Amino acid sequence: MVEGKIRMSKDNKVKVKVEKLNLWYGENHALHGISTDIYENKITALIGPSGCGKSTFLRCLNRMNDLISSVNIEGQIIIDRKNIYDKDVDEVSVRKRVGMVFQQPNPFPKSIYDNVAYAPIKHGIVSKGKECDELVETSLRKSGLWNEVKDKLNQPGTSLSGGQQQRLCIARTIAIKPEVILMDEPTSALDPISTEKIEALMLELKKDYTIIVVTHNMQQAARVADYTAFFHLGKLVEYDETETIFVNPSNKKTEDYITGRFG
Amino acid sequence: MSKKDRNNNNPFYDPSLNARHRSSKRFKTFTLSSLIFSIAFLAFFLFDIISKGSPAFEQAYINIPVTYNEKTIKNTRTAIDKKYRKIISRAWLRGLPKLAEANPEFMGKTIDTWVLADDQVDQYLKGHYHKLKRKDRALIDNMKTHGKVELKFNEIFFLNGDSKIPEFAGLNSAIVGSIFTLLITMAFAFPIGVMTAIYLEEFAEDNKFTQIIEVNINNLAAIPSILFGLLGLAIFINLFGLPRSSPLVGGLTLALMTLPIIIVSSRAALRSVPDSIRQAAYGLGLTKIEVTRDHVLPLAFPGILTGSIIGLAQAMGETAPLIIIGMIAFIPDAPGSIMEAATVMPAQLFTWAGMPERMYIEKTAAGIMVLLTILISLNAIAIYLRKKFEVKW
Repeated sequence: MVEGKIRMSKDNKVKVKVEKLNLWYGENHALHGISTDIYENKITALIGPSGCGKSTFLRCLNRMNDLISSVNIEGQIIIDRKNIYDKDVDEVSVRKRVGMVFQQPNPFPKSIYDNVAYAPIKHGIVSKGKECDELVETSLRKSGLWNEVKDKLNQPGTSLSGGQQQRLCIARTIAIKPEVILMDEPTSALDPISTEKIEALMLELKKDYTIIVVTHNMQQAARVADYTAFFHLGKLVEYDETETIFVNPSNKKTEDYITGRFG
Repeated sequence: MSKKDRNNNNPFYDPSLNARHRSSKRFKTFTLSSLIFSIAFLAFFLFDIISKGSPAFEQAYINIPVTYNEKTIKNTRTAIDKKYRKIISRAWLRGLPKLAEANPEFMGKTIDTWVLADDQVDQYLKGHYHKLKRKDRALIDNMKTHGKVELKFNEIFFLNGDSKIPEFAGLNSAIVGSIFTLLITMAFAFPIGVMTAIYLEEFAEDNKFTQIIEVNINNLAAIPSILFGLLGLAIFINLFGLPRSSPLVGGLTLALMTLPIIIVSSRAALRSVPDSIRQAAYGLGLTKIEVTRDHVLPLAFPGILTGSIIGLAQAMGETAPLIIIGMIAFIPDAPGSIMEAATVMPAQLFTWAGMPERMYIEKTAAGIMVLLTILISLNAIAIYLRKKFEVKW
């Protein structure tokens, strides 16, 4: 555990190792034998046409698929040398270390403060009071929202604009001090200016976190991602550095998708 | 220009439209007349109840000399002059010793006192059918000219329990009975109903078993209420041996009846909480109880509350199951505990409606007014609470 957290001088340290991951929704085989490494402090983009399994794959990484009773999963996802699907791993503690931001901004209908503070208090990261106030402030600062909301922390989180709500959701996620942040099309419900802010934030956050982002917007992948994985029909077709994927893809399907021939 | 030419010049002219617009208008007339029809019925009902019931909030009193001494307290009839004996309430005479005890300074004196009048006098003064003899009528008319007859606010109606003497009958014991019964109903139906709904919505998997339960709960909500009375009789009285006619048994029986309503409305409220809230909470590594108690329930609470209050209001107006378990008994005194025999408001009204004396008719109507007022207040509270706890998005 301890060695796992030490930053290696070598650039690419594997944070998440996926091995032969298969997933079924009942009879429907949705993910076919996916194996890949995801690198620490990098942004990895998952792209592909609708229904290709990229969101399903993302939700495997923090065991959100466990909430659906018809889902069956085989294979391993190793984070810090432990398979998160091992029997002795509690999915709740997985979700604490692998945070998630959703497509639609979904702040709780509570105050901005409580949105950020609720989970850390429950996890025992901070206790109520000054310690918690500080965590709320740092989290909101990290998500670039502090200056906009510092005077109205008691107002409901739902009173913010869409882009602010999404940054509030990011603040809420980083407040539980995760190591990996999953983002499921975090900007698809936002306007271009809010999108730009979120993208800048992602680049800022990758210093501290490993980010995996599902996106429909290929320019976004090209702008922010260090690595890009192309999914098609439940298979991982190609996975490489973003530049290689966009400039010189080795697979015909990838090329077709990126040049807009299907999708 | 002929009409035809004009139409030809109009590129928007559509010959079929006239008939279609007429048909729309007819449709509108039908819907509107249905609305007017139901409003008319409601207005007639309210007018009828209020016009019949409002006189009951006043009661006739007559001012006559009453003699207070040892003898009259023993034989209360003698406290009053013979000519008045037919027009005062027998029930008032019964209370004379107590009145004298409370006012010892009255002893040995004859004092002009406002005395509760007989129901026939009351009905005569209100212009209703009465059986007063001509002699008594003349006496009343004469006293009236001297200001010795008055219609006063009817405290008895709110302070007394049931009585076989019409002018002495009130709703008090039924109101207390209703309160006890509904407290029991809520104490059982609300937690069990809400917990059941939470289990079915948040925990249970969607399989044959839960589907069967769901169908059955929905059916239970539509079962004739008298069957719940039979169930209550069989279980609570015969099996558990709880005292019959008691608010405890009545409340439990109504709880059985209210449960499906609370379950169905609570489930609907829980289902209307957007899944994104649950996803967000689970995504933060929260456990089931943290997600449900702190994030889902607060959002569903207004809906749960509304459904429960409406269930409560329905239980309050229910008579049939309570007749079966014996809450229709003659109860002159308000129950002191949930184990004592009691009656409830609708059952009291049912009893009064079957009485031969004319005065019970207006008491029934007035009782309906009280019941309606409480029901409307309950619904108003439901709306207020929903608005108050409703979370803005």
